[in-house]
Amino acid sequence: MDATVVRTGTEGKSWGGGNEPLKASYGKMMMWFFIVSDALTFSGFLAAYGFSRFKFIDSWPIADEVFNHFPFLHGVDAPMYYVALMTFILIFSSVTMVLAVDAGHQMKKGKVIFYMFLTIIGGLIFLGSQAWEWKNFITGTYGAVSTKGGNILQFVDNEGHRVALADVAQVMPTERVPHTRESGVWFEEGAALPTYSIEEIKAGFAANENILVRTQTLTEEGEKTILSRDESLAKLNTEAVGVIEGANLSQNEYGPPLFADFFFFITGFHGFHVLSGVLINIIIFFNVVIGTYERRGSYEMVEKVGLYWHFVDLVWVFVFTFFYLV
Amino acid sequence: MAHETAHHHESNTKRIWIVFAILSVLTIVEVVFGIIKPGFLVHTDLFSMSLLNWIFIILTLFKAYYIAWAFMHLEGEVKGLRRAIVWTGVFLIGYLLFILLTEGDYIYEVFKTNHVAWDF
Repeated sequence: MDATVVRTGTEGKSWGGGNEPLKASYGKMMMWFFIVSDALTFSGFLAAYGFSRFKFIDSWPIADEVFNHFPFLHGVDAPMYYVALMTFILIFSSVTMVLAVDAGHQMKKGKVIFYMFLTIIGGLIFLGSQAWEWKNFITGTYGAVSTKGGNILQFVDNEGHRVALADVAQVMPTERVPHTRESGVWFEEGAALPTYSIEEIKAGFAANENILVRTQTLTEEGEKTILSRDESLAKLNTEAVGVIEGANLSQNEYGPPLFADFFFFITGFHGFHVLSGVLINIIIFFNVVIGTYERRGSYEMVEKVGLYWHFVDLVWVFVFTFFYLV
Repeated sequence: MAHETAHHHESNTKRIWIVFAILSVLTIVEVVFGIIKPGFLVHTDLFSMSLLNWIFIILTLFKAYYIAWAFMHLEGEVKGLRRAIVWTGVFLIGYLLFILLTEGDYIYEVFKTNHVAWDF
């Protein structure tokens, strides 16, 4: 009994799908169907990101300032190096995948196993990197103040270097009580209190002559606008309402909340694809190991997951460009 | 069918490594440009987008071409399949981008010039 991939029992029967006008097997065709539709989904997300970005074209966060962490280099400004590394890892895992497909064509089981193993490892490293990237994004670095209009004010010193909330705030002996489920009329709880209250920030800012406010608006040079000392004081005292540390779906210290939403959604959706790609790769890997495709006489299954894996890489190339570079 | 063809495949490893080198170089160029951000590229606009961004996008499309053609082996597929995949994407995505980006720019203008206060 031959395996399913090779003989479907419909050879030569046009209406049974037996002929192949596009010279690709049924399974490969369906993988291409899926890839094209998934590509359209991703373009929908990226186009929506572009829409929001064009809407806030003069106040969008600068990616270099947001994603500037590198493992073991704490406090060092390393824009883009880490994402570049992640891109390399993913491209390289694509290379090992295509090498596995190539080895499959020549029915070299050992090589297929080796290259698929490398691919899985690459995928796992990428996933871990993305988790680390998310952790940095969610925790935040400097913190910011939110205004009545839903905008963000950040702090810089005289030379334009960012200043963290901890260095601005003047700790005051007031007692702030988080709103818990028990204390309300209805069973609602408030959000966790930020480390500093807005009053502490305002007092600390007034006391420290060397700190200025930086708004979201971009200058002609593509940098954020830094207000003068008087403008800063006026802005902070009339408009500031809250303290923001890190990022979540409703607010973030980097800029418009949409920026964080799209970051979580697009890189999250891509990361989910990587995760499912790794899982499918693992399944196929064990099938190769136990010799399923050797008996079947064809490693086409490796080719099909390979298509999916390359597609995930392809999407990352675009995410990298539009989220981190442009 | 796969039975017969499986044995005729030649090894493409050399081409795979060449494509990997091309993709790496393109990525390095992108990253270097992204870190240096040469002034004249940032401040020269072409069709209301900076030259630097055009370079990024064109290099990205190059990378996409190599991934799709060499790794996903579109170069080996028949013309019909290749066109069905590529043109579907090109037309639909191009249209979507045109509509959404135009609309985004319009809303930006409304916020900026009309009597709609969004920073109060």
